[in-house]
Amino acid sequence: MNERLPIIEADLQAYVDECLPEARRADIEAYLAARPEDAARIEAYRRQNAELRKLYDPVLDEPVPQRIADAAQQPAAQRWHRLPVFRIAAAVAWIGLGTLLGWNLRDSPAAPEQTALRPPALQTVAFVHGAALAHATFVPEKRHPVEVTADQEAHLVQWLSNRLGKALHVPALTEQGYALVGGRLLPNEGGPAAQFMYEDPRGGRLTLYLKTSVKGSDTAFRFAEDNGVGVFYWVDGEFGYALSGTLDKTRLLEIAKAVYGKVNH
Amino acid sequence: MPDMDQSSQIATCIPRLRRYARALVNDRTAADDLVQDTLERAWTRIQQFRAGTDLRAWMFSIMHNVHLNQVRSRRDAVSFDEEVHGIPQRATQSDALEMRDMDRAMQALPVEQREVLLLVALEDLSYEEVAKTLGIPLGTVMSRLSRARERVRSLMNGIPVTQRLVVVK
Repeated sequence: MNERLPIIEADLQAYVDECLPEARRADIEAYLAARPEDAARIEAYRRQNAELRKLYDPVLDEPVPQRIADAAQQPAAQRWHRLPVFRIAAAVAWIGLGTLLGWNLRDSPAAPEQTALRPPALQTVAFVHGAALAHATFVPEKRHPVEVTADQEAHLVQWLSNRLGKALHVPALTEQGYALVGGRLLPNEGGPAAQFMYEDPRGGRLTLYLKTSVKGSDTAFRFAEDNGVGVFYWVDGEFGYALSGTLDKTRLLEIAKAVYGKVNH
Repeated sequence: MPDMDQSSQIATCIPRLRRYARALVNDRTAADDLVQDTLERAWTRIQQFRAGTDLRAWMFSIMHNVHLNQVRSRRDAVSFDEEVHGIPQRATQSDALEMRDMDRAMQALPVEQREVLLLVALEDLSYEEVAKTLGIPLGTVMSRLSRARERVRSLMNGIPVTQRLVVVK
């Protein structure tokens, strides 16, 4: 048996924040079961966490004001004499695109046979940007990466299908080495979008983002990247799909093809 | 390509910095001012950032310092009259009712408690990361956290609390 440590306030706080080891959590639960006043207090604290998120999470999806996007860029005075040449080029190109996070949309040299050679429609840019932003925002989350976890997959799919207005299908990526973590609903230009998160055994994460009525009828795979995060996206029937990850491009494309195959069976 | 350039890395922090700032100052423009000031300050100190450490936590610590300076300079500017109005008073029942909303409760917290609660509950930082970010001992993080939560609970339950009256112009 483990040595029983006395339960102190810090344990109760850690219980609220779900950062206790399993065994210790059981101790706290037993402790609270015998103390209804403390239990009510701890329950109220948990509700506070949820309410804070409900109140302030929408800020994550607000468009970023230009002055803030500009302030995230290295000041020109620093840029010219501190950065290696390739970075200057990247920074200038980045500003030139004028995109929020520098999601540099371009055709994929990895899959030339599947690549359409016209620039992506504006609505597609918003779609891919939404996917990339959602990826960058939620992948680092430790405690709340998804709204509904994979153990409630049927509920998750039903809920998101209802909200998107079309029956959607979540592809299993177990053959590719990824397990479903869960999903969430997100706003995007012109309607809601769904994000599914997958994880490999080492904690590497991929996200699949989808949305109905994305403009365009082609099913070509296209690639966008922001140096670290790659996004393969395509339009297939009534859904636009975007698969984001930090894997190398060839591997990401393989998985994108697998997703494409699975949603079409 | 793990070496995302610094501008892009910093840009990916923006949504979270804005969420945190909004909760911290509860005014859209003031919050975005705080984010902008934080980003500008970050660039002047970028050499102090150690690669491989958590950029987001580093940005939060800069925001903490920028905000602290703002709060201090505002305090210095408080006139005598405002100080008189700011004397702690017993709140009436109606004050307590108004405090039921979460955002009001948050704004009623002392800023040092609000910071800790937000970094833990909203930003998912571990207690150790919060201590490092704010430059305070772990024990202080824990005591501020439990005081913040208890105070918010009282406010949300409509239990009258002693609070500073805020002068609304």
